[in-house]
Amino acid sequence: MSFWLEIMGVLLGCLAAGWLFQFAGEKITHGKPFFRDMPLSIAFGYALGAVVLVWIVWSYYLARTLEAPEVNKYFFFRRAIDAFILFAIAAWLFRLLGRSVGTQGTKKLFRQMPLTASFGLLTILIYALLAIFAGVLAPYGQEQIIQGAAANIAPGGDPAMGGNPAYPLGTDQIGRDILSRLIYGAQNTVGIAFATTCLAFVLGGTLGFLAATLGGWLDQVLSRGVDVLMAIPSLIFALLLMTIASAWAGSEKGLLTFYMVVIIAVIDSTRVFRLARAVGANIVVMDYIEAAKLRGEGLFYLIFKEILPNAISPLLAEFGLRFCFVFLTIASLSFLGVGIQPPLADWGTMVRDLAQFINFAAFAPQVASAPLLAAGAIALLTVAVNFVVDWMLHRSSGLKE
Amino acid sequence: MSTVLKIILQRLALGVLTLFVVSILIFAAVNMLPGDFAQAILGQGATPDAVEAIRRDLGLDQPPVARYFQWLAGALQGDLGNSFAQANFASFVGADSGGNTASVATQIAPRFWNTMFLAGVTALIAVPFSVVLGILAALYRNSVFDKFTNIFTLSSISSPEFFLAYILILFLAVLNPWLPSLSNIYQGMGFGERLEKTLLPALTLTLVVTAHMMRMTRAAIINLLASPYIEMARLKGLSPMRVIVRHALPNALAPIINVIALNLAYLITGVVVVEVVFVYPGIGQLFVDSVKIRDIPVVQACCLIFAGAYILLNLTADIMSIISNPRLRHPK
Repeated sequence: MSFWLEIMGVLLGCLAAGWLFQFAGEKITHGKPFFRDMPLSIAFGYALGAVVLVWIVWSYYLARTLEAPEVNKYFFFRRAIDAFILFAIAAWLFRLLGRSVGTQGTKKLFRQMPLTASFGLLTILIYALLAIFAGVLAPYGQEQIIQGAAANIAPGGDPAMGGNPAYPLGTDQIGRDILSRLIYGAQNTVGIAFATTCLAFVLGGTLGFLAATLGGWLDQVLSRGVDVLMAIPSLIFALLLMTIASAWAGSEKGLLTFYMVVIIAVIDSTRVFRLARAVGANIVVMDYIEAAKLRGEGLFYLIFKEILPNAISPLLAEFGLRFCFVFLTIASLSFLGVGIQPPLADWGTMVRDLAQFINFAAFAPQVASAPLLAAGAIALLTVAVNFVVDWMLHRSSGLKE
Repeated sequence: MSTVLKIILQRLALGVLTLFVVSILIFAAVNMLPGDFAQAILGQGATPDAVEAIRRDLGLDQPPVARYFQWLAGALQGDLGNSFAQANFASFVGADSGGNTASVATQIAPRFWNTMFLAGVTALIAVPFSVVLGILAALYRNSVFDKFTNIFTLSSISSPEFFLAYILILFLAVLNPWLPSLSNIYQGMGFGERLEKTLLPALTLTLVVTAHMMRMTRAAIINLLASPYIEMARLKGLSPMRVIVRHALPNALAPIINVIALNLAYLITGVVVVEVVFVYPGIGQLFVDSVKIRDIPVVQACCLIFAGAYILLNLTADIMSIISNPRLRHPK
């Protein structure tokens, strides 16, 4: 009950402070319009924002100064703020770099870029590098159960806390290096999601353009089929098909991962089909398509040389969003235990395996950080892709409001 | 009014037809399993005699079309078959299956209500919260508040459900022991206690759903703000709040209701992961468990229920948008 009273007290205090702020501002500036026309609600908003800001700074100060048992409570908060500041600085530097290096075109691009978009670009770049050079960067193999290392070494590398400097993020329940598995996870999780999205686009895009170009019964059959497939929630449908796929694959884990790629690609291609068909239908009625038809061009030429180049920009934006969906679906499936199969390192599976350590956060915050790092890695990439797509859509639609 | 009724009936018929086709799809998918139910129950070391006996007992020797209609008729009467995992071997071979602990329906029914409870609590929190937030973001668009909510909602849309769930567990259950992190709900539990245990999963789902609803509400209202009658209201000297609440909101209601229904449909997929994280005894957890042990009748039934709810909510969104939009109500 006291908790609610506290909240009410803070809100009322904000209201009073807001009113005071507006009143004082009006008196001091002798009725500047900014203060004179400020409604109480906006003044309240300013006060509330100031309170939240002060609370964040105060907590961060506590996190940096408090001693061992109390500081555990602020460990994650401190790390989150640290990471936030680090990323903001990195994104700002990256944008600065982009503004001064490169051709005229890229310089202009970076000049108009908001900080969120440059953060997104930078993150995607880092993930891509990690995925490509995982074999070089990772200190150990992803399946390697390290000889001589104990299982469940705590992250942090501090021997007093049950860590080991050789394994900065510790080892998992059967003694594999978590840092290596996180790096290989970029290769597996992101790589598989990327391949799945590409497959979905090839499938959905081709069928969508075919339906738009040919029309008639083919269009009807495909569209109604897609309607039915879309009537089942995609995660549920994927789980149902994975049940069957796991029976087909038997004990061959690699085959099951392959089936998963195909299943998710087919389910997701329905969404791509809708978009490709809608965009294609608008293009097919253009005069230049008519001209190409009169020239006697074949269907293949029409689709790939005439329609595709003109539909590329909406498809690209959709590719980013689809990738996020596919990535999250795969992560969810892996988290539920039916996605990417061991021994491949994968973030979703890692979260599931290490999740129980979160309960130790109050005594040993480092221990709890391993599962959150894996989950955070998933979230960070999707956030980054979303920021970039948001910016691209904003730019191409010319929306200024 | 009769045209409205006609359109609604048309949509309803279309929904029923979709559900019918979906049920065929689910049935066909399950029949693609290598071997059949009998082998699945008995495992690989089964003697041909035993397999034959079970096959006869379950009616698997009949053609697929006949079996499909039997399954459908049963499902319509609330009989969803028997669960493999709960059924013991003897009850299949014996003449009488005895006791109905194995029936899928008795397994699903209590869990179904638990899931509905979770979805209900989520909707009660999420809908008012996101609509108010959306209105505020539209009112103070392009301000610091708007930009902050934009970044915040974009991040929470793109995070996987289990990430949000573990973050909430970390801060609200482990570091500050305010709420229980396990939702061990049982029958006969008091309402208050039940609500307390449901709150954390409900908050997670709220975070997932709110972002979408809030962004769509904001977009719908901003879309309307360019109309001449809003300009008029502004020129009359009305306050920005009044312009939005009295003039823009009623016209934005149709897209907002639509978005709410669609997001409740989205809850259905979100519920699966969240129930697993919090060990909430709902239908989503049962579904995932059954998928892992390949308990086909349960998987089939859960799938049908999820698809049915999804289609129903989409249908509601469709009908709502027709009712609230005169242009759709009186097609030319």
